[in-house]
Amino acid sequence: MGIRILKPGMLTTVQDLGRTGYQSQGFGVTGVMDIRSFKIANLLLDNPENEPVLEATFIGPKLEFTSETIIAITGADMQPTINKKPAPMYTAIYMHKGDILQLNSARSGSRTYIAFSSYLDIPVVMGSRSTNCRSHIGGFKGRKLKEEDYIGFRIKRRYLPYFLSRQVEGDIFEEEKVTLRVVMGPQDDHFTKQGIETFLNEEYMVTADFDRMGCRLEGPFIAYKDTADIISDGITFGSVQVPSHGKPIILLADRQTTGGYAKIATVASVDIPKLVQAKTDYKVHFQAISVQEAQRLLLEEIKEMDELRKLIHKPCKEVLDSRLVAKRVSTLFE
Amino acid sequence: MQDIRILTAGDSAILLEFGNEISPDINRRITNLVQLMKEQHVEGVVDVIPAFCSLLVSYDPRIITYEEIKTRMEQLLRVDTASEENEKRVIEIPVCYGGEYGPDMDTVAKHANMTPKEVIALHSSKDYLIYMLGFLPGFSYLGGLDERLHTPRLANPRIKISAGSVGIGGSQTGIYPLDSPGGWQLIGMTPVKTYDPDREVPILFEAGDYIRFVPVDEAEYDRIKELVERNEYECTVHKGGA
Repeated sequence: MGIRILKPGMLTTVQDLGRTGYQSQGFGVTGVMDIRSFKIANLLLDNPENEPVLEATFIGPKLEFTSETIIAITGADMQPTINKKPAPMYTAIYMHKGDILQLNSARSGSRTYIAFSSYLDIPVVMGSRSTNCRSHIGGFKGRKLKEEDYIGFRIKRRYLPYFLSRQVEGDIFEEEKVTLRVVMGPQDDHFTKQGIETFLNEEYMVTADFDRMGCRLEGPFIAYKDTADIISDGITFGSVQVPSHGKPIILLADRQTTGGYAKIATVASVDIPKLVQAKTDYKVHFQAISVQEAQRLLLEEIKEMDELRKLIHKPCKEVLDSRLVAKRVSTLFE
Repeated sequence: MQDIRILTAGDSAILLEFGNEISPDINRRITNLVQLMKEQHVEGVVDVIPAFCSLLVSYDPRIITYEEIKTRMEQLLRVDTASEENEKRVIEIPVCYGGEYGPDMDTVAKHANMTPKEVIALHSSKDYLIYMLGFLPGFSYLGGLDERLHTPRLANPRIKISAGSVGIGGSQTGIYPLDSPGGWQLIGMTPVKTYDPDREVPILFEAGDYIRFVPVDEAEYDRIKELVERNEYECTVHKGGA
């Protein structure tokens, strides 16, 4: 009862919303990179909000299901197939025992999420099931998945009402160019007026130095006043630090808890998914917004999620379309 | 509190900046504030990161807005905790110094113009304040290393330093909580696991605690190590005064 990893893909890990509450002891949060895609995947299956998923990076895994369950795939389009036939994303999909799910290279976006209605059987370590690769704890044996790994399910298949309604419009990730809204600070006063202008008006580029820890950008030098170094202080998800080389580094899920470089700004929570779904050479623009505006956007997104939840809990109007019903129900009988 | 700045760190965190220097007084104010936050339970606070002279407070904007958390922190900062001596906790860490346990002992001794014995006596003669934890789970930034023991880092960092290694890097001393690359001069090793994710309390200490290194010989090291393996060892903790 579970999934066997036939091919692990480039970097596939078990993640939830992360391990909070231990940062004061130097313990990084980790967790999913794209919280929005993660939430939608779990929402499609009525999973608890913090249920762990598989996060695939750039090239997805190939999985064999050793028992039936229901899954949902969100995030980057890795052209998923089930038994070599194209599979839909942002949709609850019924998986049979023996089915093979294959994810390929990401066509749009970089990170894909797979949620399971039978819940991955992963032990809770310090309040979370997220993999912390650096400290080798959490997730599946504290590491990324390898060929022949086997992850069990915690429960048998669950009944999901309104099965046919369980699909939402997929997110479309911007190509080539992303605008990230940021809240200035905490150390924007370490930079010159010119430096702030450069940061907000010039174009930056995502480099290949882009992993779960952070994303280095290339672009015009951001001038600081005396020094870019500060006495080490706490870092948050989306902190934009600028070391003395003058180029921004945006800190992400696997960030360290503290750092000694001035942080010019922090990416608005709702825009972090745009960055983590970007690819090398994408252009990045920064746009300053107020903290109030950033919080308003975040609350708006939470409302949007509530709306989606309502939407998938209504009888599907296409239930009247017999062809569509036949298409979706047929897989149940195969 | 007039000298404390409250800065925004995005839509889900604020940073309280207590001046711009590393001092035990500032650090104690931060420790006291963290303690006060625990006692008063600030609704919506998700996590805190105390550092040398700042405190990052992560919060959930669904529960508490930026204005609200700012006001709440300002209230807490007005509470006079300066006079309150929180109970000082000193945790004893047994260390086997030198030899294979501390391969750089001779380098450190030579640099300090001392015998290894004198280095051990000096290193274990005082309690070190934990200013903050960071870099690795449980990695403690300790203050107060005697100047005579300041030793430059290795020119060539080691690829792997074993968990439990006690070292000196520049003006700092500390313990490696897990295997890690690093450039510190290694002077000893503790059998105690300062970090163990499977333990109820994964990390032995918090910012604001003190560490006292206690020299032990090889036999004692082995004895403690065995107890640690069986989960039967508990570090001696002194509470209250020095």
